[in-house]
Amino acid sequence: MKLAKTSEALIKRKKGLTKSELQLYSLCAIPVLLVFVFNYIPLFGILIAFKDYRYNLGIFGSKWVGIENFTFFFTSSDFYRITWNTLSMNFVFIVFGTICSVLVATLLFHLRSRNATKVFQTILITPHFLSWVVVAYMAFAFLNPTYGFLNAILGIFGIPAVDWYSEPGAWPYILTFFNIWKHVGMDSVLYYACLMGIDTGLFEAADIDGANSVHKFWKIIVPELTSLLVLQTILKIGGIFRADFGLFYQLPRNIGVLYSTTDVIDTYVFRAMREIGDMSMSSAIGLLQSIVGFILVLTTNFVTNKISPQNALF
Amino acid sequence: MNMKKKTIMSQSLLIAFFVLLCVVIIVPFVMLLSISLSSEADVAKYGYQLFPKAIDFSAYQFVFNNPTTVLRAYGVTGFFSIVAMVLSLALQAMCAYPLSRKNLRGRMGISFYLYFTMLFSGGMVPSFILITQYLHLNNTIWVYIIPGLINPWYIFMIRTFYQSLPGEIIESAYVDGANEYTIFFRIVVPLCKPVFATVALFTFLNKWNDWMTSVLYVDDPNLYSLQYLLQKILKDVELLANNQQNAQLTQQAVEVPSETVRMAMAVVVAGPALVVFPFFQKYFVKGLTVGSVKG
Repeated sequence: MKLAKTSEALIKRKKGLTKSELQLYSLCAIPVLLVFVFNYIPLFGILIAFKDYRYNLGIFGSKWVGIENFTFFFTSSDFYRITWNTLSMNFVFIVFGTICSVLVATLLFHLRSRNATKVFQTILITPHFLSWVVVAYMAFAFLNPTYGFLNAILGIFGIPAVDWYSEPGAWPYILTFFNIWKHVGMDSVLYYACLMGIDTGLFEAADIDGANSVHKFWKIIVPELTSLLVLQTILKIGGIFRADFGLFYQLPRNIGVLYSTTDVIDTYVFRAMREIGDMSMSSAIGLLQSIVGFILVLTTNFVTNKISPQNALF
Repeated sequence: MNMKKKTIMSQSLLIAFFVLLCVVIIVPFVMLLSISLSSEADVAKYGYQLFPKAIDFSAYQFVFNNPTTVLRAYGVTGFFSIVAMVLSLALQAMCAYPLSRKNLRGRMGISFYLYFTMLFSGGMVPSFILITQYLHLNNTIWVYIIPGLINPWYIFMIRTFYQSLPGEIIESAYVDGANEYTIFFRIVVPLCKPVFATVALFTFLNKWNDWMTSVLYVDDPNLYSLQYLLQKILKDVELLANNQQNAQLTQQAVEVPSETVRMAMAVVVAGPALVVFPFFQKYFVKGLTVGSVKG
């Protein structure tokens, strides 16, 4: 009976759509349409990057200017600052963020008490569910020059109060701290779950052979995590030209004095668009980000494929 | 014996480490709460304190005595968060099902169509122009809901979860003569609580924490999201006072307890998100991990 049905289905398959195929496709219909409208139609908007966009003329009516928007951006003094800030901060976040979350995951994994693990994990994850707006309030409570905690603590040691919101040199550290504070718990969940999947027999065998924790870390835990680590890193490198807008916009409160260290590509594009109203340059920079990100993902993935194909993304 | 002692030692060290780490995580929360519960005079005198000198609810009274602004934003945010969560979960769950069926023609095509949007996008400006100039969604509640309904990442997460279900279930239902809709809604859906709970929670919190949409698309104060209101107050606490209907109150409102009210607002805004998530936690370690294996 079953055999008959499947072969029947196979025959039908060659002719046209079967009823069940139609039913399956219908489940996709609305999402595919929505993605077309909100993700594919805006791709035509890339044209704006090569035009002098005016609202009243529309996308097609606006004047062509070739690559003027790009050259304007590349020759502006802001270019180096925002590119450097974006790349260097993202690099620091990737390196420190990954180290911290792998460390937390490994230590959680070594904890014997299930209840303790659960409680710690819940607390560590909590900040992930705050918006950057709320985190900016917390940062403000720390850094407020007159009432803030940090200055109060410094005061105990006789260090004079610092006006953190006019001290650009401190911000790379502040941003790194809050970024890791917010994400370390959630990022470690993935690594932790991966560790939980390791065959416990490996650890038992290592114990019998007299391996200590350090051996076990490098010989069992790291190799087991490699695939996940590579995957996560490819994704993050792909996004290295995109900054977390909320972090860089909300925490420094868009204060001009701090731009030298806190202004990144995304905040710059946003300001160009909202405050200056320069749609064309904003979209030129956005396009650059997309293209560079796209090339980076393909390249890292290509290299990974050459070195160890099983770790590649696709 | 020695071995046992060593284990106890290392376990206590680990626990000590995590307690310390958790303190670092919790201190900012305690800080917000404590400042919001202090009186304005104490803050002016002693600065922010980790524990309030005296408990004082006047900041919260101020926030809630001013119902038009805050409660309105609460309503708006609650509405679009819940509607977006339900719609987006339903659509993504449906879309993921065909993609999980190995023998479906065109499956790879549709997957690539969705995946490509994660690799390459037109950027903020073209979407902005589409939404404001062509779809005219700005200054409507729908701008919070419709543009972000589909997140391919979640579709792939759900799809991978479907693929982890034993295939025999679907086959035997098929043999029993069930059609695809019945199989999906009656058999597959009830088995996928963990991944659905994860996606629902993430979508809800994403929406609850959304301030960007208001910045870009909303000028009407009646449609401000909670987070946007909060962001505005950090710059300008009088905003709360200015919206009071009574002009005389506005006069007095120059004296608003600004430091404590700000923090009370932050607590009021962040609160619901923090209350919701522990209930979902048991699901999402499973939902996240099964779903994020590459496919």
